[in-house]
Amino acid sequence: MPEWMRLALVIAAKDVRAELRSKTALLSATVFASLVLVIFNLAREPTALSATALAPSALWVTFAFAAMVAMNRSFTVEREHGALDGLLLAPVPSSALFAGKLLANLAFVAAVEAVALPLFVLFFNVDLSRALPGIIGTAALATIGFVAVGTIFGAMAVRTRFAELMLPVLLLPFMVPPLIGAVQVTSRLLAARPLSEMMGWLRLLAVYDVVFVTLAALAFAFVVEE
Amino acid sequence: MPSSDGGILAAVSLERSFGHVRVLRGIDLEVRRGDVLVVVGPNGAGKTTLLRVLAGLARPSAGEVRVLGRKLERTAPEARRPIGFVSHQSLLYDDLTLAENVALAARLYGMARPRAAAMHALQSVELAERAHQRPRELSRGLLQRAAVARALVHDPLLLLLDEPFTGLDVPAAERLRELLLERQRRGLGLLLVTHHLEEAWDLATRVAVLSGGRWLLEEGRVGPLVEFLPRYRALVNA
Repeated sequence: MPEWMRLALVIAAKDVRAELRSKTALLSATVFASLVLVIFNLAREPTALSATALAPSALWVTFAFAAMVAMNRSFTVEREHGALDGLLLAPVPSSALFAGKLLANLAFVAAVEAVALPLFVLFFNVDLSRALPGIIGTAALATIGFVAVGTIFGAMAVRTRFAELMLPVLLLPFMVPPLIGAVQVTSRLLAARPLSEMMGWLRLLAVYDVVFVTLAALAFAFVVEE
Repeated sequence: MPSSDGGILAAVSLERSFGHVRVLRGIDLEVRRGDVLVVVGPNGAGKTTLLRVLAGLARPSAGEVRVLGRKLERTAPEARRPIGFVSHQSLLYDDLTLAENVALAARLYGMARPRAAAMHALQSVELAERAHQRPRELSRGLLQRAAVARALVHDPLLLLLDEPFTGLDVPAAERLRELLLERQRRGLGLLLVTHHLEEAWDLATRVAVLSGGRWLLEEGRVGPLVEFLPRYRALVNA
């Protein structure tokens, strides 16, 4: 295994092990996701707006905010006892450090999405039997992009006094393109529209991933250094 | 390996500013094998900033740091390998045990048997029996010893220490001094910053006074501390 990849996996494994022990990020993000779905469901006026019409937006707003809760925690643990300095002192390329944190964040957000999706089906009573593979693919495509941006902004925010506030403030504007794309694809998937109607949005999500994963990996070295 | 002349760390004309505030002003220094450079200065002298720049955690505004002749910069991670750093924070994760924390450091440094290396490092600071405990369960003094184990696990050539005796009781401070002396005899270079000179005087081979971000003095340790203290006070109060 290349050294770069080994180091990235060491860092990701550290995050996953610490999280499995504390369960802080996963529990808080899952509870938060459940609450958002409940509130969306209760706030909807059934005679004015059908569950299917609201479902795609509700799903992605839930995913987005729950992801932010999980990513915030990922860098909070690095701040305690100055642990991030321990990573920065080691002979680890910044790109491997970024990849490790990205992999761990993707694992956390994927876990939260995996819990939130059945709750979404339960609350919104939507039939996902045919759309499920497409929704999982769309979730993967959209999540990679905004988690990459969240990882670099998390590293920036961790050194600020208002880290928990800074991450959403920095990240939300950058989340808009993948969220719009994901909502558009999800609404078409739920309406059983042909793939050709979604291709434009899927391309947007793919391009966003390539551009922002690359930019974030390149910029990470400058973000983590004082 | 150290360079042929024994030099491990060299800093030339180091400057560091935060906005308009100049924290370091033209610092030159060298640490060679077996050197113990004790940097003393009042609060706000720039000691911690100096250590962070020398460890590669902060970028100098001007000047450069070289480790074994290699320029220290974020894009050259291998240059950091010979350095160990004991910060005023432990750099440990609360949700991992001490053994896991130190083994993580060993893995990041690419050591072949990280768990064995971690246990060896913990034994060297007499924490092996607490290897399964988490940092939050330890007192300040024990945490400091764990931080030293973490910093030494990859057998560095140079150890940077920021106020290492703070929070340690007398026996623990004495044990740490013995450990550092034992490593120094094997060639480890030490750069230690403190504002309690009496705790580090016996370790020092050289002493430097930093005040207002400037080197006021750098010389070999000569004579007892009681002779040096009046000069130190005169320099800092000048």
